[in-house]
Amino acid sequence: MTTITKLYGVKGWLTLALFSAGVMILVPVLNLAVSSSNPLHISDYSVSLMGKIMCYAVVALAIDLIWGYAGILSLGHGLFFALGGYAMGMYLMRMIGTEGQYHSHLPDFMVFLDWKELPWYWTGSDHFWFAALLVVLVPGLLAFVFGYFAFRSRIKGVYFSIITQALTFAFMLLFFRNETGFGGNNGFTDFKRIIGFALADPATKTGLFMATGLFLIMALLLCRYIVTSKFGRVLAAIRDHESRLMFCGYNPLGYKLFVWTLSAVLCGIAGALYVPQVGIINPGEMSPGNSIEIAIWAAVGGRGTLIGPLMGAAIVNGAKSWFTVAFPEYWLYFLGLLFVGVTLYMPAGVVGVAQQVKARFK
Amino acid sequence: MSSKIILKFLLRFFVFYLFLFSAVVHALEADLSKNTDLFKRLATGESDDKIIAIHSLVATEHPAALLILQALKNGELSVTPKGVLLIVNDKGALDALTQQMINPAPENLEALMLNNRLRGAVDTALAILNLQSGDKAVRLVAANELLDKAVPELLPGIQKALLKETDKEIKTLLGLLEASIQLGSVDTEIRLKAISVLAESEQSSTSLLLQPFMEKNSEGQFLESDESVRTAAKVALLRINERLVRMEYVGRLFSGISLGSILLLAALGLAITYGLMGVINMAHGELLMIGAYTTFMVQTFFRQYFPSNIDGYLLAAVPASFIVAALVGMALERSVIRHLYGRPLETLLATWGISLLLIQGIRTVFGAQNVEVSNPSWMSGGYQVASNLILTYNRIVIIFFALFVLLLVWLLLNKTRLGLFVRAVTQNRKMADCLGVPTRNIDTWTFGLGSGIAGLGGCALSQIGNVGPDLGQSYIVDSFMVVVLGGVGQLAGTVSGALGLGIVNKFLEPLSGPVMAKILILVFIIIFIQRRPQGLFALKGRVVEH
Repeated sequence: MTTITKLYGVKGWLTLALFSAGVMILVPVLNLAVSSSNPLHISDYSVSLMGKIMCYAVVALAIDLIWGYAGILSLGHGLFFALGGYAMGMYLMRMIGTEGQYHSHLPDFMVFLDWKELPWYWTGSDHFWFAALLVVLVPGLLAFVFGYFAFRSRIKGVYFSIITQALTFAFMLLFFRNETGFGGNNGFTDFKRIIGFALADPATKTGLFMATGLFLIMALLLCRYIVTSKFGRVLAAIRDHESRLMFCGYNPLGYKLFVWTLSAVLCGIAGALYVPQVGIINPGEMSPGNSIEIAIWAAVGGRGTLIGPLMGAAIVNGAKSWFTVAFPEYWLYFLGLLFVGVTLYMPAGVVGVAQQVKARFK
Repeated sequence: MSSKIILKFLLRFFVFYLFLFSAVVHALEADLSKNTDLFKRLATGESDDKIIAIHSLVATEHPAALLILQALKNGELSVTPKGVLLIVNDKGALDALTQQMINPAPENLEALMLNNRLRGAVDTALAILNLQSGDKAVRLVAANELLDKAVPELLPGIQKALLKETDKEIKTLLGLLEASIQLGSVDTEIRLKAISVLAESEQSSTSLLLQPFMEKNSEGQFLESDESVRTAAKVALLRINERLVRMEYVGRLFSGISLGSILLLAALGLAITYGLMGVINMAHGELLMIGAYTTFMVQTFFRQYFPSNIDGYLLAAVPASFIVAALVGMALERSVIRHLYGRPLETLLATWGISLLLIQGIRTVFGAQNVEVSNPSWMSGGYQVASNLILTYNRIVIIFFALFVLLLVWLLLNKTRLGLFVRAVTQNRKMADCLGVPTRNIDTWTFGLGSGIAGLGGCALSQIGNVGPDLGQSYIVDSFMVVVLGGVGQLAGTVSGALGLGIVNKFLEPLSGPVMAKILILVFIIIFIQRRPQGLFALKGRVVEH
């Protein structure tokens, strides 16, 4: 494998610029300024869908950072995504104010449970800055503590994957309980506004879409910076032969812990951007199946390429949106075949296939 | 001093009461043999009269009493305008007193109606009479029926039955009944004796009977005046409670072992495919599901073709589920998993994909709804150990089935040529290959074996839970936890992991609720793995990475 040392070449920067122009200018203009009768108009639904997929793309990027570069496969990244979503959801719930069904200052589900006041851990959730802090801190701290103990005991490979799966499973059970204080089965929904803007307003939706696009580009650049640096080389060494690296005098703990926590934080922020766009968050996001699906996005696009997982997330989720509308009963067949086919025949993913094709025509 | 006097007085009073009672009974007996006054009261009297008549009828042991009361219960007892009681049913009309058929049946009959109070009296009276029945089962039912109707009027009947009774179970029941009636006796000695009988009882309701002895009335005085009786009741209550608590613990242990054996059945196949071969099979849960669906198909087949032997379907389903799941497993190994050896993370993803395909495939064939698999009749019901502890047969069967499967796996791995090969390939693949072991085929067979065991697990699960396309999903995390906790490559580890998780789970549940118990256990395992990454039973020696 050739070692990449610079951030991007001319072509790379050009593509990035084109993409950001599309996200920041083209889509908002086509959505807001062009009338809905015009064939070029992009509907609110499409904007939300694309925003959603970009959130997933960040998650795929986060998975690629730890799986593709450090060789750590997490089957629990859905948990960090959902935790970020819940942290944002708490703020959105408080912003409903007294417009809920019970016209109480408490969120509806608490009124339903006959609670008289907010539990202590909801303190401060009515401030946006506090919610933003939680979005970063909660997944980050959990990942740090969990990762510290796991990596210190040198749990790796499949063992680590299974334990992360157990972790997200445990959290799912916890969040399903009504007594946990996060809405139980139904989670949070019926949001009204975010920092004063009505969520139903197309302009707010486009704004969220643009924020997601911006965040995606920044996350991509950050990850690219990390993997091209010296730090990234050590990560690759951990992936390829951890014991040999240790014999060379490196302690992998700090390296692993850093990318692991960073990856969780990226997921958390993606979750926070996702919730206002889809308008709901519930414990189903933490189900082990969801987290495994994230891994397949990265595998489809091509692990260890950063750009591949972005495409993978777009391809798989685009296919999902289409299948679940057109042939709902065949979606699982398709997804199952994708899992088997990609691992057997396309170990390098879409990017790998593209490179093969390119090589043939050279 | 004064208590002694009262005691003497009470004793006298009780003797007098007994005497009086027997006198009344004798009088009634004479009365019945003489004329039909009793029958008249039953025929035309008011409710109160009728109840007295019913009780007298029992007390006199009139040969026709059972027949008459049964007829009364069934609404077949009628009265003529002259006040003669007739039993009228489709066979004709029978004079209740003389037992003679009356042909043709007289006109203007009026059926005797029962209100709730009368019906209760008739039921009790019938139960008392049935205590004299020659059939053991009838006596048992009667004794059980009387349990919650202990009233002083029944005492003579019960005591009489008690003298004659030979069966131990019924005798205990009657003893209890006698004691619970005698609790109200005026004689301290009798009360004390009754309390000591109740203290040994297995019925949880006895503590309710003894509770009033501890209570005070509105003036702050104990309802029970005698100190020794109060102490006896207190001791008896303590003993009863102690026994109940002990039985509850036994019950929890049993359900813990039962859950443990279910987990063992679910995880044993995984212990082979993951523990021995190192293959992460996320489709393991779906192999369980296939075993359960095979059981369902065998059941359907038996319903169709051997409806008379339907109870035997399970015996046929055991080998069938093993074979079907093993075949599916071997096909998977040959087509997908074989190409991914040495790449565990890819194996994980590919087998997850297979599990999605299998789930959706089952949905397409059988529908998304659960299918109905019923227990054979010999597995329903349970063995009652104590009033608050029933060991259900299906759980007992599953515990033994788990033991059987465990023995089977152990024998296969340690006593057969295949087992020898499997162990050889596990320990040193290259060396085994050099010595002529067909390692590729052994892989297929081993995977087939693990999958077949999963099929057996599915067959067992079908007997205690719902069978649906999602059956496997609910067990996959648990199964992995068992194997990871127990340590890879060790059957002993898997067994202790499964039983440990099952028992801990059942003892946590009453403290924290079922969901919280599950979360706590997952957290515990996660922490445990940090401390001992190799699990409970680690393989000794140097382990080579990569």
